[in-house]
Amino acid sequence: MQTSDLIRILPEIILAVAGIVVMLLGAFQKQNAGRMHPAIALLGLLGAAGAIAYQYPWRSLDPAFGGMLELDAFSAFFHILFFLVAALVVLSSSEYVAQERLASGEYHALLLFATMGMGLMASSNDLIMIFIGLEISSLASYILVGFRRGVATSSESSLKYFLLGSFATAFLLYGIALMFGATGATNLTEIHLALQAEQNTVTAMASPQLTPLVGPVPTALVGLSIALLFVGFAFKVSAVPFQIWTPDVYQGAPTPVTAFLSTGSKAAAFAVFLRVFMVALEGSAQDWVWLLWVSGLLSMVLGNLAALLQTNIKRMLAYSSIAHAGYILVAFTAHSEEGVAAVMFYLAAYALMNIGAFAVVSHFGNRGERYVEMEHYAGLGYRAPLLAASMTVFLLSLIGIPLTGGFFGKFYIFRAALHADLVWLTVLGVLNSAIAAYYYLRVIVFMYMHPAAEQIPVERVRPAMGFVLIFSMAATFLLGIFPQAVLDFASQAAALLLENLGNGVL
Amino acid sequence: MPNYYIQSYIPILMLLAVVILLAVGMLVASYLLGQHRPTREKLTAYECGITPTGDARHRFSVKFYLVAMLFILFDVEVIFLYPWAVIFKELGIFGFVEMLLFLVIVLAGFAYLWKKGALDWTKADSGGL
Repeated sequence: MQTSDLIRILPEIILAVAGIVVMLLGAFQKQNAGRMHPAIALLGLLGAAGAIAYQYPWRSLDPAFGGMLELDAFSAFFHILFFLVAALVVLSSSEYVAQERLASGEYHALLLFATMGMGLMASSNDLIMIFIGLEISSLASYILVGFRRGVATSSESSLKYFLLGSFATAFLLYGIALMFGATGATNLTEIHLALQAEQNTVTAMASPQLTPLVGPVPTALVGLSIALLFVGFAFKVSAVPFQIWTPDVYQGAPTPVTAFLSTGSKAAAFAVFLRVFMVALEGSAQDWVWLLWVSGLLSMVLGNLAALLQTNIKRMLAYSSIAHAGYILVAFTAHSEEGVAAVMFYLAAYALMNIGAFAVVSHFGNRGERYVEMEHYAGLGYRAPLLAASMTVFLLSLIGIPLTGGFFGKFYIFRAALHADLVWLTVLGVLNSAIAAYYYLRVIVFMYMHPAAEQIPVERVRPAMGFVLIFSMAATFLLGIFPQAVLDFASQAAALLLENLGNGVL
Repeated sequence: MPNYYIQSYIPILMLLAVVILLAVGMLVASYLLGQHRPTREKLTAYECGITPTGDARHRFSVKFYLVAMLFILFDVEVIFLYPWAVIFKELGIFGFVEMLLFLVIVLAGFAYLWKKGALDWTKADSGGL
């Protein structure tokens, strides 16, 4: 091991240390002395972001730990996104943690640990590291989901998430095992080379020095492994038909945790999903593209149709998150450089608007999350004009109205799909976004055009929450008016990710 | 398709077949050859030879679960120490520092759960754990 290896995982080390410090402080301090925890968590996130910035030209030509970790531009993009998401969640949950009397030390420690696992996921270039990162972030999430211990729905959703999540992880692990059995490698680059060599031998252009194996790669095993890996990742991104857990878990989890799961965890899962399928399995794209096609379409249709029927805002946003996973899969189906860039841009735009929306939901929810039904929002447009206005911005962005980040996110996705000749999928996707407009607009209609049946109390917005709302609103507009900077970064990262695949020197 | 990798599992498959045949054979043989005189006592659930009392589905204190989980955690930690100790000399100072770091992290967890009262059996509520 060299010092450069340590610098590669410096962000993760900083997060882990900050997490342990917060955890111990939470245990050893007196009750309700939790003001320091968010500060330390934010410092840790800032330090980790600094460690990413320090390695600036993110062009890792010397992967760390024998090729297990790779801090390329792709991974840097996702790291920055995760840190941003985590910081916004920490800020927006300060009200919530105090209100619900959650154990602040553990809460922030788990958030940091989950973020660390997500960071590892984004950097890992090896199936084993991916598994470890996934487990670190998942285990922390399972606990966070059940953090309102006195509430039955919270415990229920935690248990559901844990059982189904472990089951899905088993699929993933089995897929990894079969892939190792087929190619003799867990490193993504080596798997790519092994599969490529297999195709070369088929076309009588054998290059034996590339294959880590002596025998041919059993294609049936590879196909089975791809299917199992797909199940594991599709569960994590909550794509149909592995989405069943999403509404229950998102509804039962504390609202800031829901925001974290639907943005951070989803982005992390998509990061590994993209890296595994676009780097390791790029050569057998014809085997998995149709899986993404079907799953993407079903996610959009099912997510949007089910969201139409919801009366609970959190549940509605959960179904909308399934639909958004579907949109992202549309760009993924294009399996091009442009598609990868579109996925990355969309994840960033989605994260910012969704965190904003959940922050408003969390604030309106009040003690014990009592006011999370659609009818509670009636008349809020006049009683809490600023909060309602920001919610309107986030919802319009989720629809994909121009001038918001959501518009360009969808635009890039459908452009990438069209360039890959996925005309039908694009048409169906656009139709779906039209359906989606109905249930987002319904919330706005409730806020501005319905008389309030029950005057729900609205607390004053504290500075931290105010900052989150202003920041995510500004970012949503920024991505909607000047998307170029972020898109350029995403495009470069995507180009770097796929650059050397053709000639086998990665 | 020649499948060299699967082939190495054939002995295991054969062993599996032998095991299943043997087990089923023994059960069938004792069923066919033996005498059947079922009594009430014989038909009750087997509980270490004494007369069974009560239902098997009790509610256990959650502390058993907690202790079992903590045991697994620290047990696994010790498992890491064994291979490390075997090649301690080859690893040199690097391995020593690495293991110290690992132990410090585990100790932090230990301090946390000690302070939280997870090891205190008699405490009514284990400090929020």
